[in-house]
Amino acid sequence: MNKYTERIYNGIVKENPTFVLMLGMCPTLAVSTAAINGIGMGISTTAVLILSNVVISALRKVIPDEVRLPAYIVIVATLVTITELVIEAYLPALYSALGIYIPLIVVNCIILGRAEAYANKNTVPLAAFDGIGMGIGFTVALTVIGFIRELLGAGTAFGVQILPASVEPIGIFIKAPGAFLVLAIIVAVLNAFGVKNRSRELVSGCDGCCATCSKMTADCGKEGSK
Amino acid sequence: MSSLIMIIVTCALINNVVLNQFLGICSFVGVSNNLKASASLGGAVIFVLTIASAVASILYTFILKPFNLDYMKTIVFILVIAALVQIVEMFLKKTSPGLYRALGIYLPLITTNCAVLGVALTNVQDEYNFIQSVFAGFGTAVGYTIAIVMLAGIRARINESDIPAPFRGAPVVLLSAALMSIAFMGFGGLS
Repeated sequence: MNKYTERIYNGIVKENPTFVLMLGMCPTLAVSTAAINGIGMGISTTAVLILSNVVISALRKVIPDEVRLPAYIVIVATLVTITELVIEAYLPALYSALGIYIPLIVVNCIILGRAEAYANKNTVPLAAFDGIGMGIGFTVALTVIGFIRELLGAGTAFGVQILPASVEPIGIFIKAPGAFLVLAIIVAVLNAFGVKNRSRELVSGCDGCCATCSKMTADCGKEGSK
Repeated sequence: MSSLIMIIVTCALINNVVLNQFLGICSFVGVSNNLKASASLGGAVIFVLTIASAVASILYTFILKPFNLDYMKTIVFILVIAALVQIVEMFLKKTSPGLYRALGIYLPLITTNCAVLGVALTNVQDEYNFIQSVFAGFGTAVGYTIAIVMLAGIRARINESDIPAPFRGAPVVLLSAALMSIAFMGFGGLS
C-alpha cells in the first residue's frame, strides 16, 4: 500500500474521526437525524477539510509558529464561509436542514486537529489525501448514524419508506436523546469487537480529541512559544 | 421583562445547549469526569458567553449590518471570541487573581467551544437585540453549567460501579447524556 492510499485507509478505518478518535461530536450528533443530512454534512466538512489541509500545508513554511493557530482559524473560517455560500446558492434544502451547523464547521475539531497533527508537517499532496481519507471517514460515520436513526425513528432510509406502515417508528431516535443513544451503542459494539477507542489515550497528546482540542491549542501554543 | 425571563428559561432548560442542540459536547464529555473542574468550567463559560454575546451583538448591529457584511459574520465572530478570551484572561490575571486561579486554565478551553460561536450566530438568526442577546448568552451558559455539573455528578457514581467492559469510557457517558436528554425533553412543556 503506498503512502497515499495508506492515508485514505487511515482516515476511514484506522483513525476514523468519529468512531475511533471521537472528534467533531457536535455536528455528528446534531445533523444525523436523517441519512441524507449526514451525507450533506459529511461532504461539506470533507470539502473544507481537504482545502484547509492543502492551504495550511502549502503555507506551513510561511506561517510563523507563534501565530499559527489564529492563522489556521482565519483560513478555516474563510473556507467555511465559501462553502456556506455555495450550499446556500445551490442546495437550499440542505442549507435549511443543516442550518447553524454549517458555520459551526469552523470549530469542528477534526479540521484544526488535522491541521495541527498532520497538515503543518507534511507535503501538499499527502495533506490533501489525509483530508480526503478523514473526510470520507467522517461522512461514512455520519451516514451510518443518520441511517440508523432515520430507520428506527421515521421508518425510512434516504427518504424512502422501508418499514411497513403497520410498524410504529420509535420517534425518540430522531429526537435529541436518540443521537446520544445510537452513538453510545455503536461505540460500545465497536469496543466489544476490539476496535480500540483511542479517545482516551489521545487526551494526553497534543493531537487529542475534541475535548482536548482547545486545551491542546493552549498547551501546544505554550510549547510552541518555548 | 417577562419575555427576557422566558429567553433565559428557553435557553437554559427547554433548548438546553448541550442536551438539545449538541453544542459544546466536546468539553461536556471531556471535562465532566471531575465535579470541581466542571463547576469551574461552567463558571468560565457563563462569564465568557455573556460577554461574547454582548460584543457579538454590538459588532453585528453597528458594523456588519450597516456595511452589508453579513456573510463575514462567521470569521468576525470566531476571531472576536478568540481575542476576547485572551483579553478576559489577561484582565482577570491583573485584577482578580482569585477568580483567575479558579477559572484560569478553563478560559482557553472556551475559544473552540462551539457553544460560544453557536450562541452568537443563533442570536443573529433570531434577530435578538442587544439586551435579548445578553440574556440569551447568559441563559445558554447557565444551561451548559447545569448539564455539565449534573453529568459530572452522575459520572462520579459511574466510576464506582461495575459496568460491562464494552460500555466503559465514552459509551456509558453518552448513555448517561441520552437519559439526561430524555429528562430535559420534559421541559418542552414549559414553552
